[in-house]
Amino acid sequence: MHFWYSLVDFLLPFDWMQYGFMKNALLGVLLVTPIFGLLGTMIVNNKMAFFSDSLGHSALTGIAIGVILGNAFPLLNIKPIWSMMFFSVLITIAILVVKEANTASTDTIIGVFSSSAVALGLVILTRNGGFNKYSGYLIGDFLSISPTDLLLLGMVFVLVILLWVLIFNKLLLASMNPSLARSRGIKVKQYEYLFAVMMAVIVTISIQWVGILIISSLLVIPAASSRNIAKNMRQYHIYSVLIALVSGLSGLILSYFWGTATGATIVLITSGFFALTFGLKLRLG
Amino acid sequence: MKHPICVNSDCKICESSLCCTKINNFGVKRSGIEILKNVNLHIHCGDLTAVIGPNGAGKSTLLKAILGEISHTGELQFLDANNGTTKPSMGYVPQKLDLDSTSPTSVLDLFAAAHTNLPIWFTYPKKIRDRVRESLALTHGEHLINKRLGELSGGELQRVLLALALDPVPHLLLLDEPVSGIDQKGLELFYQTVSTLRKNYDLSIILVSHDLNLVAEYANRVAFVNNKTIECCGTPQEVFTNEKVIQTFGLDWSNRFQRVEKDRVANALLV
Ligand SMILES: Nc1ncnc2c1ncn2[C@@H]1O[C@H](COP(=O)(O)OP(=O)(O)OP(=O)(O)O)[C@@H](O)[C@H]1O
Ligand SMILES: [Mg+2]
Repeated sequence: MHFWYSLVDFLLPFDWMQYGFMKNALLGVLLVTPIFGLLGTMIVNNKMAFFSDSLGHSALTGIAIGVILGNAFPLLNIKPIWSMMFFSVLITIAILVVKEANTASTDTIIGVFSSSAVALGLVILTRNGGFNKYSGYLIGDFLSISPTDLLLLGMVFVLVILLWVLIFNKLLLASMNPSLARSRGIKVKQYEYLFAVMMAVIVTISIQWVGILIISSLLVIPAASSRNIAKNMRQYHIYSVLIALVSGLSGLILSYFWGTATGATIVLITSGFFALTFGLKLRLG
Repeated sequence: MKHPICVNSDCKICESSLCCTKINNFGVKRSGIEILKNVNLHIHCGDLTAVIGPNGAGKSTLLKAILGEISHTGELQFLDANNGTTKPSMGYVPQKLDLDSTSPTSVLDLFAAAHTNLPIWFTYPKKIRDRVRESLALTHGEHLINKRLGELSGGELQRVLLALALDPVPHLLLLDEPVSGIDQKGLELFYQTVSTLRKNYDLSIILVSHDLNLVAEYANRVAFVNNKTIECCGTPQEVFTNEKVIQTFGLDWSNRFQRVEKDRVANALLV
């Protein structure tokens, strides 16, 4: 951490960068946004925008479960993040299993699960009128990232990049046509589950900083913008990650000066990028 | 091609590591509904088996079950020349590819993703471009290499998918109406390519097609799928004169087929 602090002091000798929390947030943004840019490409490819949205919502229920467990076993000292993660992974697997049964279209299934989860979470959290305590999760707070958070984030960052290197090609084939992937010896279901669980973990970890309300936009918009102008997979990834990074950095700085929520500011800037690339697409054809 | 007729077991002259594909008492259920039952089919390497039948008969389902994408009951065995089981490599051309036309996946991306483990969002292997050009040349599609899949025409996409299925040359080639959108010139090219491959590599091919004339000309075995099972299987001659097949496709067609067949035999005799 010391190295990071002095590096920032050296590279960015501005007034607003002298605070420790800004340096932490900067590192957080540098770690989170590229991951979102990367994963987003596949989310948009697979039309999973709604799924990522429901993951964010189910985090609420995860918090609620954490509260119950915390009350029941105060000695264990369970942090909300772990109960959130557990619940997100659980609901992800549930959605995939029900989806396989092929009884209703995917977005219907996700809608059912997501709304039920949110309802359950709200019921538990609003008991005795104590919801205000948790409303911070709705908006998120990038400036509250602590060095321990950053360590966790760093590990996840490395893990995601590693996985993305190892499985991307197979994931892409599987998402294009399962039978075709199957004929080339790819175990389609395994990859589908792996990717969905990976998404669940990332969304859960970042939710306390980005906020439940907008987390899926941060996943979807950079990739969607990139898609407007990309002609192949490489461009798609490069633009998506760049847009996420640039939005993240400028969003952090602007939110400091405007005194606004960082996550929302970042998302707003990505929307600007979407408009821009969309304009480019229309002009270039 | 080393064997013109299908030998049952213990054949020692196979060139392909997949010698026989045996389907016994095969059945498929989806959402609780029986789609195929009691299917028996035996495919020898070097065979071009055409699967014909009315819409919704279960032809595509049969191919997907052989691929292992959907589960089935009964036996599906891949045997090598020594009658041991083997795991063949398969090439597959789907009947349709539900493509998102906005997807930024180029033809090169598709091939690179299939051929390498190097993540294509990061870099391409050096030689891949040449290799992809070469395999696209098989179906005369070299010029499509940098196009996005979404902007290909139906026939162009089929050419690309076929080229992909043939690279590397698989042991078992499953083609689900691969040429339904390909023009006349491409059609001839396709059948020539497949015939050459069949001869050179002792390849087993299963081809679903509604084009009975071409089936009659190129397939050496025909399986007729109807009423949830293979109702009749044999040489084109046998199948196209079968009662049930005639009922399904109409007497006219069968008569024409027999006339053409007679002409052919007569011509052959003249020569
Ligand atoms: N996912 C599915 N769930 C349930 N039933 C299905 C599913 N897919 C196909 N079927 C049913 O299985 C039957 C066989 O379908 P299949 O696609 O194998 O037909 P086909 O012989 O390939 O027809 P075509 O000539 O039109 O391509 C049809 O009655 C169809 O309704
Ligand atoms: Mg079909």
